[in-house]
Amino acid sequence: MPFKRFVEIGRVALVNYGKDYGRLVVIVDVVDQNRALVDAPDMVRCQINFKRLSLTDIKIDIKRVPKKTTLLKAMEEADVKNKWENSSWGKKLIVQKRRASLNDFDRFKVMLAKIKVILSSILD
Amino acid sequence: MAPPSKLSLGIKRASRSHTYHRRGLWAIKAKHGGAFPKAEKPAAAAEPKFYPADDVKPRAPSTRKANPTKLRSSITPGTVLILLAGRFMGKRVVFLKQLKSGLLLITGPFKINGVPIRRVNQAYAIATSTKVDISCVKVDKFDDKYFARDKKTKAKKTEGELFETDKEGTKNLPDFKKDDQKSLDAELIKAIEAVPDLKTYLGARFSLRDGDKPHEMTF
Repeated sequence: MPFKRFVEIGRVALVNYGKDYGRLVVIVDVVDQNRALVDAPDMVRCQINFKRLSLTDIKIDIKRVPKKTTLLKAMEEADVKNKWENSSWGKKLIVQKRRASLNDFDRFKVMLAKIKVILSSILD
Repeated sequence: MAPPSKLSLGIKRASRSHTYHRRGLWAIKAKHGGAFPKAEKPAAAAEPKFYPADDVKPRAPSTRKANPTKLRSSITPGTVLILLAGRFMGKRVVFLKQLKSGLLLITGPFKINGVPIRRVNQAYAIATSTKVDISCVKVDKFDDKYFARDKKTKAKKTEGELFETDKEGTKNLPDFKKDDQKSLDAELIKAIEAVPDLKTYLGARFSLRDGDKPHEMTF
């Protein structure tokens, strides 16, 4: 079983620990064995430990340490946002976020809808 | 510089008769018919019957005033609240207004979930973010006096009756209170039925299920 997702310049990763938890970032340079320089459209470029990153399938075409505008342009061309939101991983996260933000009335309505679905599947 | 008024400790420069004349004491005497005006002695207080053993200062009464109870910012008129304790634990009710005592005035509405017009403490209610429109509901006549208990008149018991258990009169709700409930709820139910599923929502009780994390749930 060979590795499919590599740490490389342009690899899109998800931050899975710390202040930027849940943010999609692009690896822009490798600092040393443990750390990478990452950047994202609404963030100041910073270094982060690889252990805090979960690599995704998405890779964009950039040179080492691009300017912010170049990075933004490359992300637009690669359509990172849509690719992410249409991937099953991305979709799962969106659903999780929605479920966490439901208020009490919404949860009640979801329960009613679930019961309706089950009932209709039993009765049909 | 005037000559010093004393030559040494205890020895004055002017003699007694000289100072008498200088101070004009003769004029004061003449003004009051030949005698010095005597100041009236204040009437001697009656000897108290009782002296306390310790000299203790009486405590000054506190001038501290209680502030009006702060209403949580998440609770506004029309908010759906979840009651956390008491007979109606878990019921979802509509908040009407805060009374002067700080308690919250709520109603079920009665027809939907059996909760009458009632007072509830903020601490025992979770405010949800669901709001009902109560602009057409009149709540001015409800205040803390409306909910005061009736004073019971105690009849003197004869010796035989002392050991009998109290024959409690049946506690009936006065008619005007039932009418108040009906008129209050009439408008409110119309506003509730305008929102789909809200009526069934208010009719259902809240409970925690497996996997629910209340500290992570948004209400």
